[in-house]
Amino acid sequence: MLTYVAKRLLMTIPTLLGAAVLIFFMLRVVPGDVIEVKLRGDGASVTQDVIDAERRRLGLDKPLPEQFTSWIAGLTRLDPGLSMWTGKPVVDEMSVRLPLSIQVAVMGALIATLIAVPMGTLSALYRDSPIDYLLRIFSLVGLAVPAFWFGMVMILLLLWLFNWLPPVIYTPFHVDPIANLSQLIWPALVVGIRYAAVVARMVRSSVIEVMKEDYIRTARAKGLAEKVIIIRHAMKNAMLPAITVIGLEFAFLMGGLVVTEQVFNLNGIGQLFVQAVAHRDFVLVQNIVMFIAAVFVFTNLAVDLLYAAIDPRIRYR
Amino acid sequence: MKLGAITTSVSVPSRARPTGWRKMMQFATTQPLGAAGLVTALVMAIAGALAPLIAPYNPVAISFSDMLAPPSWEHPLGTDNFGRDILSRILYGARTAIVMGLVSALIGSTLGAIIGVVSAYFGGVVDLLIQRVVDIFLSLPIIVLALVVVAMLGRNLVLGFDFNLILAISIPIVPQVARVVRSSALSIREMAYVDAARVAGYSTRRIIFRHMAPNLMAPYLIMLTAFIAQAILLEASLSFLGLGVTEPSPAWGLMLAGNAVDFYRQAPWMIIFPGLAISLAVFSFNLLGDSLRDWLDPKARLR
Repeated sequence: MLTYVAKRLLMTIPTLLGAAVLIFFMLRVVPGDVIEVKLRGDGASVTQDVIDAERRRLGLDKPLPEQFTSWIAGLTRLDPGLSMWTGKPVVDEMSVRLPLSIQVAVMGALIATLIAVPMGTLSALYRDSPIDYLLRIFSLVGLAVPAFWFGMVMILLLLWLFNWLPPVIYTPFHVDPIANLSQLIWPALVVGIRYAAVVARMVRSSVIEVMKEDYIRTARAKGLAEKVIIIRHAMKNAMLPAITVIGLEFAFLMGGLVVTEQVFNLNGIGQLFVQAVAHRDFVLVQNIVMFIAAVFVFTNLAVDLLYAAIDPRIRYR
Repeated sequence: MKLGAITTSVSVPSRARPTGWRKMMQFATTQPLGAAGLVTALVMAIAGALAPLIAPYNPVAISFSDMLAPPSWEHPLGTDNFGRDILSRILYGARTAIVMGLVSALIGSTLGAIIGVVSAYFGGVVDLLIQRVVDIFLSLPIIVLALVVVAMLGRNLVLGFDFNLILAISIPIVPQVARVVRSSALSIREMAYVDAARVAGYSTRRIIFRHMAPNLMAPYLIMLTAFIAQAILLEASLSFLGLGVTEPSPAWGLMLAGNAVDFYRQAPWMIIFPGLAISLAVFSFNLLGDSLRDWLDPKARLR
């Protein structure tokens, strides 16, 4: 088991390195950088010397391959450089915003699972019944409604029903759980419900597949109660592909956060990313993108390991 | 141009089908939901095209005497904080959404299809390299990828259209289509007629574009329709974030951006109607894409 884990961990390195190369050079295909915009943006007359000095300070005067290797070297030490816009270390900018985004993402994934698993299973068991149609409508609507508008409608509903708006100031969970949840549960619901629309469809098709298996027929033939068949035999096997989808889509939930954080005015990674893009702060952009890629790669890894742990048929080599 | 040859040979040659009008009637009767999606999408496209004729007001005309007016006979969907008529802005916004969606999805899907076919046809190292790059792109949510392109290119208005925005929407579509088209192309590559073409000494380009491409029309069309929906959603999201279409152009996402949130209490119609327009457009193209898949590729219906 340990060698399997070690091998899988090693295999993430080329993927992440490839992502780093692509992102780094993609951002720099078009010449020009943010420094000039930053210093001259408001029409201030700044001499070329000042601009060159700022470039030197941020290490932008070096050739690109050298900038790249020093970025990668920095990444391994968790020191991925200075923001081109604020000049502060990227690690500081990101670490203050991470807890909020991670909490919303995890709560969103939980909400999605709680909705998608029962809904997908039921509509697979009762195909072409009203609940099946409900799921089809739910997933089509869920995919069509933009996350940001869904968030806005949720705020409107809160206003109409309770004449209340979620608090705008972030409180960490360990300080005051109630205040924390009353702010973050809404964005989590927004990303979670949209994500459930995708996952429920997958759960449905995976349960349908499993119900066709021979062992289900065997279980029926030996007269097991339908409830036992579904819970002990079908669900257990159908959950494997479902876990994969939940894992894979987790990284995509981060994409939903980009717009949702904007609606709820949450100072998270998504909002930082949007600001970084607006400022064309390449250093910050490439690090946030790498973070999202790493989340994807490592949730994938976690799903694979979980798979191996719960399915005895999968042997680690 | 070779590309024209692909896009015009729409009929699926692998199966005999009735043509023209009868084909459309067949689609409408077997896929009523898809037909409804098609009709809705067409109505929106026509409304956008005819916006100057049917919009009751100038979409950018500011009128402080009509600020934040609730829906009424004069302004069926109300006005915004600048007194601009929301119905007119939505009608003009349909133009932006449909044009951006169609153009971006067409560019992205066509590029993706070409890359997918090339990758499958050549196989080996070429395939391996392309697929590794596709893998990396697929590990990022499309909005993140779109934002990276925005950061990379900045703004570039050509003839009133932000061409960089079109690129930002179409580039994330490329790897998605490339992956699907590649897997279809892999099975087509093994077909006897491709071998026959190779034995006959046809050029690679001829084999790819004349023999393989027409048989990939079904997956291509399905992906294209689905990605028109995605592209509309992406354009709205980018405009909402202030990184897409810019004022004063009327765009649905832009109508919800900026200080629209300050008017939750006073003018909820400012929030509700543009969002409904986006959802309806995306919904109808998704419906059309889903039904097209069931219709063109009945094997995929199992899922």
